[in-house]
Amino acid sequence: MSAAEEVVAEGHEAVEAVPKRAMTLGTGTSLVVLAALLIVPMFVKNFIIFQMTMLLIYGLAVLALNILTGGSGQFSLGQSAFYAVGAYVSAVLMEHANINYALTIPISAAVCFAFGYLFGKPALRLSGVYLALATFALATAMPQLLKLNFLEHWTGGVQGLVVTKPDAPFGLPMSQDMWLYYFTLIVTVAIYIFSVNLLRSRSGRAFMAIRDNEIAASSMGVNVALYKTLAFGVSAGITGVAGSLGAIAVQFVAPDSYTITLAISLFLGMVVGGVGWLPGSFVGAAFIIFVPNMAESISKGLSGAVFGVLLFLVIYLVPHGARQVAILGQQLVGKLRKN
Amino acid sequence: MELFTNQVLAGIATGAIYACMALAVVMIYQAIDHLNFAQGEMAMFSTFISWQLMQWGVSYWAAFLITLAFSFVAGIAIERILFKPLAKAPVLTNVAGFIALFAIINSSAGLIWDFTIKQYPTPFGSAPFLGSQLISTHQAGMIGVTVLLLLGLYFFFQYTRIGLAMRAAASVPESARLVGINTSWMIALGWGMATAIGSIAGMLIAPVVFLEPNMMGGVLIYGFAAAVLGGLSSPFGAVVGGFLVGIFENLAGTYIPGVGNELKLPIALALIISVLVVKPAGLFGRHIVKRV
Repeated sequence: MSAAEEVVAEGHEAVEAVPKRAMTLGTGTSLVVLAALLIVPMFVKNFIIFQMTMLLIYGLAVLALNILTGGSGQFSLGQSAFYAVGAYVSAVLMEHANINYALTIPISAAVCFAFGYLFGKPALRLSGVYLALATFALATAMPQLLKLNFLEHWTGGVQGLVVTKPDAPFGLPMSQDMWLYYFTLIVTVAIYIFSVNLLRSRSGRAFMAIRDNEIAASSMGVNVALYKTLAFGVSAGITGVAGSLGAIAVQFVAPDSYTITLAISLFLGMVVGGVGWLPGSFVGAAFIIFVPNMAESISKGLSGAVFGVLLFLVIYLVPHGARQVAILGQQLVGKLRKN
Repeated sequence: MELFTNQVLAGIATGAIYACMALAVVMIYQAIDHLNFAQGEMAMFSTFISWQLMQWGVSYWAAFLITLAFSFVAGIAIERILFKPLAKAPVLTNVAGFIALFAIINSSAGLIWDFTIKQYPTPFGSAPFLGSQLISTHQAGMIGVTVLLLLGLYFFFQYTRIGLAMRAAASVPESARLVGINTSWMIALGWGMATAIGSIAGMLIAPVVFLEPNMMGGVLIYGFAAAVLGGLSSPFGAVVGGFLVGIFENLAGTYIPGVGNELKLPIALALIISVLVVKPAGLFGRHIVKRV
């Protein structure tokens, strides 16, 4: 009987345990990837640079969700709301207060952190599907809130705001797109290092303890309420930064760019990249940026169906996402070395 | 006061739609322990099948029954072909699978039947019900069917061997397997039943919201909200939740100033969340006791 009960208890863990070492890439691999990210833009067209910028931006947003879900085991469909807040904070500060774009990013991180932290408070009592519904409500409410009349002076209402694209500073000889790419890359690398270190720290271990077993974590002295809200705050803060960068890169913010569809895409990105594996966030971001376009080019009328089929293929082949591929690759390399 | 009663009545009428959908959501949640995001699209596809049959000259009730049978079989087939291989995959991967299924069904229906809005017939007529302007006979019929469905399900789960087996398979799969229940097929059966109930919901809703590939978007959201509000473990709660959500939505639209059609949904959701904060397992849900 007790065995059966234990099975039931296990069934309720939404997110499987990922050991913290398995959450990141090795130093060597990271450096190779970074080098590629630094060099490639010099040899490609502006449009591809723009797409790479978007890849990094969505990667950050997926990373933020990964910290929340893969790290602390809380599920959120409301990431699009935090993304929207970040985008609007930057756009409003740049266009109404003439603040430099780079300075708006820490501000929007702080605003979104506070917003996420406060949202996490009432959400503490909810878990699983109930939390999903609460965050979902946030995501559906956000575009409507941005359209409210008394905010229209600041947000531009339904029309949204146009954001000026920054030039490269210090007279550097590069195009606006290229500068924006390198700027995004710097921010992304900084946040990635921050996230990796966060998950290795005391707080990160607390997140994972909560994810694996909340009751056990609290009985070992982890302040569950504090760390759960903190995870929400950090995740919202990073998503806000992604939103800011997104607003600057796209040069436009409007309420209807930040609907629930965005939140669902980010969620798919996380699953495809591998829940709880930070580098996978960028693989997932590539999936949600390029696969819909690919589906469109295969068949215009059936693009949704093609996308669905491709998504099914991915989750059949690698139910654990890109992380599974990475683990397989690692094992293969290990075998080759032994030989 | 009259405005209030009228709005409550209108809320009950729309609530019947949500109740139907919530019932289907809870059914499948009972069987497989996940929320199926593609449920609304499955219902929409079934409704299109019945519409197509009627276009070919089949009578309403014959089309209704054929669609019911088709949906039941299709539900089982989807489970066997698409989701059984994912049974061991993480929960979130399954959710991604539902989203994929959503995209596939929505886009295929758009290709087969295109995106123009279509009229859908009702078997109950659309005259005012008992002289009230707010509830039509169709809506009254819809409430009637929902209640009948609920009673039928109650008897099925409470008094038949197979209903008992399904409940056992859903709540304690390991022990159910030990007493000889084929839990894997019980899950498939749950999918079949949920799809069939969804198709009933779709066919009842279609005369109100009109038939088109995106008809279920809004309804499913309210259906989920209703199911969660009532408690995901209770079909009765789902139906009550459906009516409550309908009433909430109407009253918020009437009494809170500045709430247009667009803010109705966020306000209804906010109210539901406030209820959940007080009662985290929903109004009628069982509390799940967790072992460490």
